Amino acid sequence: MSVEDWEPVIGLEIHVQLKTNTKMFCGCELSFGEEPNTRTCPVCLGLPGSLPVVNARAIHYGLLMGEAFGCEIAPRSIFARKNYFYPDQAKNYQISQYDTPLCRGGSLGDVRLNRIHLEEDAAKLVHLGESGRIHGSEASVVDYNRGGTPLAEIVTEPDIHSAEEARDWLNLLRVTLRQLGVSDVNMEEGSLRADANVSVRRRGDSVLGTKTELKNMNSFRFLMQGINAEIKRQVAVLEGGDRVVQETLHFDPGTGRLDTLRSKEEAHDYRYFPEPDLVPVVPTEEMRLEARAALPELPAARAERYASDWDIQEDTARLFAFEPDWGDFFEEAATAAAPLPTRPVANLVMELRSRVDGADPVATPVSAQAIAALARLVEERGTTPGNARKVLEILAREGGDAQAIIEREGLSAMADDGELAGVVAQVIADNPDVVERIKGGNQKAMGALVGPIMKATRGRADGGEVNRLIRRQLEL
Amino acid sequence: MSELLELTAAQAIDAIRRGEVTSEAVWSAYRERAAADENNSYTWVARPEAPAVEERAPLAGVPVAVKDLFATEGIPSQAGSKILEDYRPPYTATAVERITGAGAPILGKTNQDEFAMGSSTEHSAYGPTLNPWDRTRVPGGSSGGSAAAVAAGNAPWAIGTDTGGSIRQPAALCGIVGMKPTYGAVSRFGMIAFASSLDQCGPFARDVTDTALLLGAMVGKDPRDSTSLGLPEPIGTPSATDLQGIRIGVPEELTGEGIEPGVQKAFEATLELAKELGATVEPTKLPHAPHALAAYYILAPAEASSNLARYDGVRYGLRAGADGDLLHMYTATREAGFGPEVKRRIMIGTYALSSGYYDAYYGRAQKVRTRIAEDFRTAWDSFDFIATPTSPTVAFELGAKLDDPLAMYLNDFCAVPMSLAGIPAISIPNGLADGLPTGFQLAGPAFSENRILDAAHALEQAIGFDGSKARQA
Amino acid sequence: MSLSRDQVLHVARLARLELSEDEVERFSDELSKVFDWVETINELGDLEDVEPTSHVVAVENALRADEPAPSLPQEVALAAAPDVAQGGFRVPSPGAGGGG
Ligand SMILES: [Mg+2]
Ligand SMILES: [Zn+2]
Repeated sequence: MSVEDWEPVIGLEIHVQLKTNTKMFCGCELSFGEEPNTRTCPVCLGLPGSLPVVNARAIHYGLLMGEAFGCEIAPRSIFARKNYFYPDQAKNYQISQYDTPLCRGGSLGDVRLNRIHLEEDAAKLVHLGESGRIHGSEASVVDYNRGGTPLAEIVTEPDIHSAEEARDWLNLLRVTLRQLGVSDVNMEEGSLRADANVSVRRRGDSVLGTKTELKNMNSFRFLMQGINAEIKRQVAVLEGGDRVVQETLHFDPGTGRLDTLRSKEEAHDYRYFPEPDLVPVVPTEEMRLEARAALPELPAARAERYASDWDIQEDTARLFAFEPDWGDFFEEAATAAAPLPTRPVANLVMELRSRVDGADPVATPVSAQAIAALARLVEERGTTPGNARKVLEILAREGGDAQAIIEREGLSAMADDGELAGVVAQVIADNPDVVERIKGGNQKAMGALVGPIMKATRGRADGGEVNRLIRRQLEL
Repeated sequence: MSELLELTAAQAIDAIRRGEVTSEAVWSAYRERAAADENNSYTWVARPEAPAVEERAPLAGVPVAVKDLFATEGIPSQAGSKILEDYRPPYTATAVERITGAGAPILGKTNQDEFAMGSSTEHSAYGPTLNPWDRTRVPGGSSGGSAAAVAAGNAPWAIGTDTGGSIRQPAALCGIVGMKPTYGAVSRFGMIAFASSLDQCGPFARDVTDTALLLGAMVGKDPRDSTSLGLPEPIGTPSATDLQGIRIGVPEELTGEGIEPGVQKAFEATLELAKELGATVEPTKLPHAPHALAAYYILAPAEASSNLARYDGVRYGLRAGADGDLLHMYTATREAGFGPEVKRRIMIGTYALSSGYYDAYYGRAQKVRTRIAEDFRTAWDSFDFIATPTSPTVAFELGAKLDDPLAMYLNDFCAVPMSLAGIPAISIPNGLADGLPTGFQLAGPAFSENRILDAAHALEQAIGFDGSKARQA
Repeated sequence: MSLSRDQVLHVARLARLELSEDEVERFSDELSKVFDWVETINELGDLEDVEPTSHVVAVENALRADEPAPSLPQEVALAAAPDVAQGGFRVPSPGAGGGG
């Protein structure tokens, strides 16, 4: 037996911080590294007598996700209290949702969703070192700035079967949520956090194995590392004749190890009950229409559209779908360049993207119209594909007009006036030894002629035309 | 006693308006009385200097006593608990803001059962409040400090909170008027929570007119309280002198058996008066009412167990056990900070919500609550109001029920059904039994505050209760 | 019904109450009595089809516009804290586990 005989079954639970102006239940602005406890109020500090009020935009974002993923929107959604004592919850309960989440079902890509619910984020605990010792025991300091930040918890069905699939799907989710504009979805900054439920079963089995819950995998790399380590561990346990114990495991990025979160004798008993301080959320037709109207085209749909409507390579299409700003830029350029074929336009856009390290295309000095003009110049042999790249480099640096750059820098393709034929003849005459080798059957030696020709024409010559002329003049 | 103190709040306002007396004089007279209060009604009294007030404002500077359960900025807000000893919040409750905004400055904070859990004001970390009619007896609770202060003439009026009778029952036991409005009529923002789905704040006053005036200053939708509602009409000045055409239902389940004879007698006498004023009085049924108290003692402690989780020694209030780990700090703080009744209710509520018991207790109690609300809705088809004695007993002796929680809980037998249904109810003094006041409760459908106040006004005139004895001391 | 000593201790732990030996005894007695009494709601028989009431108010969608309101200054937020360090609320170390 080996790992290959086992099928991993993985479900993800993702928490995303919503990009609202204010917290989930109070008017405090969201915090981005401010001084500790400067973004708090009676509500998010849990002061006696304070009451929560639901942020309308958080609900809107919830509905937006629900519409985007084809979820069933609850006709009547209720908040509930999840009770547990820990200083990261100012009230020692978290306002979350329990049996009536805002969204149920739906899917993204090949993965079905179980639910999406809204809740409040926990505060940050900073553990003090030696200096923070009080009477010999370690201490922590609580900063409630993050406490109460709106969160969406997205729970998938166990439809994922490898760490790579988990990573790819999470990336799709990330891009989709970013495009929906509901979150910054930055794993390193903690605005996207993923837990994984992992189990394994013998290939062919339909019954699910016992799952464990993996927490704290705060990067894509750690997510894969953690899942792979857990699959390996579970397979070893099962092959050793033991049983997997249902437990929560904490991934330690330092050691790459999974540690059991010891919960002592206390099996968590959250004592959920309907939050009496809040009233039901009943999404109206108007609220749902507003969400639908705000839906942008999502990556999966965009990739499909590129595949069917535009003649471009599959991986280019996927890239434009995942980076919708570049997708939009490409579409604008290709439309402006019509009826030219789209592939060369796509190639120029990809070239520009790599020159600016993937920065926002709007931030580059190059307009989609300039790309279209350049593509047209190549098509009409006003310049060569090679020189077009040089033009692009200048455009990316300085902006401006492709035609003007070509003229200024002498990057035009050579007109068909015999000039090139003369250069070819001259180079052939200057390199009799190379000619000898070519005639002796060494086709590769032709490169030794092309180089000097391109140099003499300062790159203006079309590579294909140069090859044709050499062959003709050497009567090959 | 100064004549000033014999004026009702409405009369004092009129006198101020007419220039016969200044608001400073009213303030000083009551401030002096409050500071000299011998019933332990107050846990904090304002400084002697009269605060600046706007005499043209609706309440003209007539000061108000505020139950310690309300958050008041910079002023101790301790909820009767040691765990909040000398806690001074950075904000003020909406209800208090509205009243002070209407021109009534805060005279003091009044004693109460800890976190409003109790019916005698004996469960206070700051000692029991005494009944001004008889200092060997309790004033009722949990808003006993507010009730005693008004009854003793040590406050012109006061506000309290009512979760399962905590305004009506002490009003009855102290011989004054107390009203619990429709749930949601007054904002709960800043009212330290006991049981959120039941807590409602309301006025105490010497008479029905003052009650209406103070209630009118408190009500209104508050964007900071999701469960608050706007009343369909403002609270008016009650003026009815008869009950022509009014139909009063008397539920079998909440009268007769279990009611002290003296209380029952006073209740029946008031029903006779109602008939004389033109009302029809008929027996009716609230079939689920006998189960209201049991349902209440699941729902309220369950919500309380969660609401009181925040008292943990981290952000405010008492901390103990800081020499140990976090768990030790939590348990030591809560052990030292909470009194026995609070602990008892936290235990009941935690158990009722715990895994495996939710459906049998909390879920079922919520269904009983539905049934009770339905009972009242059915009653409104035939009646304008439901009438019961407010409390089954008159004020009992200090310590009499402290060791028997179930006996203590039974005090709210007649008050709790209205709380579960969220409907308004008033208690007016309707006589004495063995020299101690009895209370008459009138409840109506949601938002019927004006009609209840009018009917109570007519009854009050006919009863002619004299509460001055309690103000003599 | 009666609550066992273990049940009382379990509930006390969930509620973060530290009970003295005396209190454990008293609570198992008192709570047993209270629950015997509250179980009288079972006399009402089958309530299967009854909707539970969480709210007596018929309010829905009490939503707040996503508009910032001023926060408290740090010193006000910390003013009532029993122990403060580095601009935060200092607490004894939670140790392993214990979170949600
Ligand atoms: Mg969550
Ligand atoms: Zn806040």
